[in-house]
Amino acid sequence: MPVWVILADDLEPADAREIERLVPATPSSYHRLNPLTKAVIAAVGSIGAFVAGGYIGPIVFDLVMLLLAVRAGVLGQLVRASLLLTAPIAISVVLVSVFTRAGTTVLFAIGPFDATAEGVDFAAQTLVRLFAISLSIGLFVMTTHPRAFVFDLERRGASPRVAFVALATIEAVPALVERAAVIGESQRARGLDTEGNLRARLRGLLPLIGPVIIGALTDVEERSLALESRAFSRPGRRHLLWTMRDTRWERLLRWGLMALLGAITLARISGRI
Amino acid sequence: MLGLHGISYRYAGYAEPVLHEINLTLADGEIVGVVGANDAGKSTLCLVASGLAPGSIGGGLSGRLTIDGSDMAGRPLHEFSTRVGIAFQNPATQLSGVSGSVFEEVALGPMNLGLPARETVARTRAALTTLGIEDLREREPRHLSGGQAQLVVLASLLAMRPAHLVLDEPTAQLDPEGTRLVGEALRALAATGTGMLITEHKTDLLNRLCSRVVVIDAGRIVLDGPTAAVLADGRMEQWGVEPPSPIRLARALEARGLDPGLVAGALQ
Repeated sequence: MPVWVILADDLEPADAREIERLVPATPSSYHRLNPLTKAVIAAVGSIGAFVAGGYIGPIVFDLVMLLLAVRAGVLGQLVRASLLLTAPIAISVVLVSVFTRAGTTVLFAIGPFDATAEGVDFAAQTLVRLFAISLSIGLFVMTTHPRAFVFDLERRGASPRVAFVALATIEAVPALVERAAVIGESQRARGLDTEGNLRARLRGLLPLIGPVIIGALTDVEERSLALESRAFSRPGRRHLLWTMRDTRWERLLRWGLMALLGAITLARISGRI
Repeated sequence: MLGLHGISYRYAGYAEPVLHEINLTLADGEIVGVVGANDAGKSTLCLVASGLAPGSIGGGLSGRLTIDGSDMAGRPLHEFSTRVGIAFQNPATQLSGVSGSVFEEVALGPMNLGLPARETVARTRAALTTLGIEDLREREPRHLSGGQAQLVVLASLLAMRPAHLVLDEPTAQLDPEGTRLVGEALRALAATGTGMLITEHKTDLLNRLCSRVVVIDAGRIVLDGPTAAVLADGRMEQWGVEPPSPIRLARALEARGLDPGLVAGALQ
């Protein structure tokens, strides 16, 4: 049995081997960290970069996340996803900040708009923060299986219902994407134009939203009935088949990171950074 | 034994009942088919028989639902789950959507019951074996075919060890091969003593599986009897039910002045 997985303690050896095969793959030592530890790293990375402000703090968080991504073997994937996710916000932040922020040093002008050095500085600071937030959350998502996270929360005392709802919400995203693709194809087969320029795409998107949402709601109603017939509403705790192991040093690490975040926040409030 | 005694039911927000004075019993190991036109009340009957109406969806019920002689009025829903399992026609919406493998999907119900892990695993393995789908245990439920998914749904119910199953058009979205797989599984289940109430438009399937068939029309039971007699009743089309193919073939032959007995042997 891998040391990073805890199987239910009353299983026969043959059962244990079977359950072990169902545990999501953990290809790197970072993947094998307890999900709560990775969640805390993501939270501290995001909030810490936001609170710290300036350049040094967010850049340090950027670098730490990139190093952890190297360790997890997801560097390329993470950088691509983060750039894609932050690009739309980054473009608007740069345009708004550079051309509308008041400043004394005008770098150049486009029509009535002056690009100021202060605006460039503000945009750059925002971008490094955004990138840190995106890297932190992306790293967590790419290295943590939703089931592992939710089972860990349940093991720590979260209600099975809350855990189920959290997991169902995360797992519903790919299902919704699949449903949207099917509805999109059937609408296109009936002549709806969903390709071409941006305006045509947006026009084509609107008729898809209704069926996707209504269909999802109908599914939820039937799924809730099916779950009721599987004792979902029974009160009390469940015996989980497997969870991810937690260690003493990981607990220490989490407390240390929380203390670091607290220190950054205090320093920021007191004006030391 | 599952019993519906003088059951009438209306949905929440509606004044008129959908079911009227239903009297129906389902013995252990018995397979009873329910046929009728769309909107005749078949699905509502399934919801009532499984305790989900009014237990989960509300509405007004009169009459008594009994399981093994116990009146189930006011019992919490999770108590029904070990006594009556229900499956609907679309397998995709009955899978929990949170399991990474078929094994975990089937194990979800026993885990919800708070059973020890060893018991959960034993039940899961037994349910997969009964339905002959052990080879699917590590597959992702989302990527199964319709027939396979419906078998997983059945296995999920079996793992709860209910004495009765209520199946609302379990093969409606399945191709002939999927229908055959599910039909074989249901026959095997009945042999273990599980009583089943099956609503279906596919009367050929009911003809092969059921010992008894009930016809529902406008929320009332209008005919209840042995399968062969009920499905051969001349009023079936009038009730919106298509008779099974051997009966339709025999009638077509008769209409052309031919002797249905000529092909009866081959059909048998």
